[in-house]
Amino acid sequence: MSTFTPVSVPLPGGFANNTVLVGGDGTPVVFLHGLFGQSWEGFLEDLAAGHKVYAPASPGSAEPEDLVHLDHLWDLLLYYHDLFEQLGLEKFDIVGHSFGGMVAAEFAAVYPDRVRKLVLIDALGLWRDDAPVRDHVIVPGHELPGLLYHDLEHPAVAAIVAGMQDPTADIDATIAVFSTIASTSHFIWPIAERGLAKRLRRIKAETLVLWGAEDKLVPPVYAQDLAAGIAGAEVELVERAGHVPQLERREEVAARIAKFLA
Amino acid sequence: MKSIFFHLQGYRELPDDFRERYESIWATAPNKELCDPRKVHQYLNWNIDELELADDLGFDGIGVNEHHSNGYSFSGSPNLAASILARKKSDAAIMVLGNTLVQYNPPTRVAEELATLDCMSGGRIIAGMPVGSPMDTTIVHGITPTEVRSRYFEAHDLIKRAWTESGPFPFNGKYNKLRYVNPWPQPYQQDPHPPIWLGGGGSPETWKFATDNDYVYTYLSWGGHKYGKQLMDGFWQTVEQAGLDDNPYRAGFAQVVVVADTDAEAEKIYMPHIRDFYDKAMYVAPHHAFVPGYFKKAALQSFLGKPGQSKKNAPFGVPAGRDMTWKQHVEEDAMVIGGSPATVVDKLTAAVKSLRVGHLMVILQLSTMTREQTERNIRLFAEQVMPKISHIWDGHGYQDHWWPTGATRNSDLSVPQSGATTEVSA
Repeated sequence: MSTFTPVSVPLPGGFANNTVLVGGDGTPVVFLHGLFGQSWEGFLEDLAAGHKVYAPASPGSAEPEDLVHLDHLWDLLLYYHDLFEQLGLEKFDIVGHSFGGMVAAEFAAVYPDRVRKLVLIDALGLWRDDAPVRDHVIVPGHELPGLLYHDLEHPAVAAIVAGMQDPTADIDATIAVFSTIASTSHFIWPIAERGLAKRLRRIKAETLVLWGAEDKLVPPVYAQDLAAGIAGAEVELVERAGHVPQLERREEVAARIAKFLA
Repeated sequence: MKSIFFHLQGYRELPDDFRERYESIWATAPNKELCDPRKVHQYLNWNIDELELADDLGFDGIGVNEHHSNGYSFSGSPNLAASILARKKSDAAIMVLGNTLVQYNPPTRVAEELATLDCMSGGRIIAGMPVGSPMDTTIVHGITPTEVRSRYFEAHDLIKRAWTESGPFPFNGKYNKLRYVNPWPQPYQQDPHPPIWLGGGGSPETWKFATDNDYVYTYLSWGGHKYGKQLMDGFWQTVEQAGLDDNPYRAGFAQVVVVADTDAEAEKIYMPHIRDFYDKAMYVAPHHAFVPGYFKKAALQSFLGKPGQSKKNAPFGVPAGRDMTWKQHVEEDAMVIGGSPATVVDKLTAAVKSLRVGHLMVILQLSTMTREQTERNIRLFAEQVMPKISHIWDGHGYQDHWWPTGATRNSDLSVPQSGATTEVSA
């Protein structure tokens, strides 16, 4: 089993350092996290079994002032462009989950020659009026778990939900969660769609679209839409999983991705 | 001391089981289910009747607010009601509080409309410029939470320049790119522009903005003067740190007031309405009021760290109203000031002095109060309370530099000592 090390990566442009989790050996894979920040090192360990994995933090969660210099999604893509340069990454695979999936798809569309293989897990980025993506911010705390997860009894899910609803959580912890949600909302409020549909055609990377079959936040119909827009993309639904299949069906998802990236 | 009749313009009949059926008074309370246009027809006319009555009864000013998709106030554009009030010949000020600047694109629209109101009224407009609530800005209007303040500051700068610089000029903002800023008309008040008032809920950043610009800060409280005391003290500390004088006219405070012939009668008449108001109107979902990114870290710390604040659907420190007694509302928490004229005069005098406010924005209409009850409350306040609190700050030499020059009503009272009356000449 590999171990992840947080690496503080300096960036040009007056940004705070990005704490990138780095682990494993092999060809490079970038993992871009979802709406609620860096987490699920377990799944990262799986990815790192055959690759060198880089998992940056979406900017602004640790240092809200970073967002002042990131006006929109295009600034965010340039931010990642700079970050990957700092990491010495030229051509690499990207696995993006949820918000990170949206960023991954946008990056692959804007820089089609930089991305070798692309995995989109329950990705944001598209919109359809007949199956609206649900709101993850303006939602009562007690409803959020049901929106994100399929099986609330699953031990990994239960542990996270217990943490979310911990009434003894101190103010600093609450503020940290707020900052993280704010940092991703900054780019997608109030609807996570910025024209990706018309740019999907530019993606050259071989693409796997993986989706929790029971995702209530971003219904699986979006898996089909993403795949339909990306030449040659494969779709795979993960049964008995919600918005975070790599948590609820970790082994299966990890194995499928390992096979795809091999 | 100036009294402003401040109308919330709310819906007057919401179901008794509102809390059980809906998640919040704001943003998501379903319109087709709850908001009957035929009733709204009645309410809107009553609102204007009540505002005009207050004007006739001698209030120093009358005021309208701005909220959206909200049961206790759905005034939408405050400029609509204000335009009706501006048409009436009067010497009362018209406080417009909105406009919520970030919701208007481009914000020169606000510069235009307020200038139009100012011209129509002959220079009687107070230009309120609140940052707005998370509900109105981020939820109803889809403004990115992390951008609300920066958009607000830019909109403010644009409007102020649009009022004071000769047009046309280019404005290259982050959010607003305008090659030709040249709004017609310019405000009637040209010295240098209509007074700008801020509205807030206790953000230290807004206090600082008020003192940086020498604006009036009004605290829009529902928690009453006891709860508001610590926050107004914070404002006055900011004033002192800025090296400004302690002129009470720098500040305003919104207060619910109910008056009857006796304390007992006040309790009897108004208690059901107070209970209803605090039960439904103050029912704001916490996940609406605390949208991540809207508040800066310091403000969040100050809100979350408040001792004794219930976390369940009481984001403003106001508990459910249903079970509260008159004693709790009026005496213990003092959210409401109510009773006989003598009681109300005593309590208001103490509150105004303690908070050090020169502008009292008095709320005399709570949602379910009937047209008749509201009128009686307005009359009793105007006739038996107002004359006894209007002199609170007299004799200290304070002048209200933040009052519209065309609103000359009671101007002789504002400057009792020097006899200088030029300040308020139109």
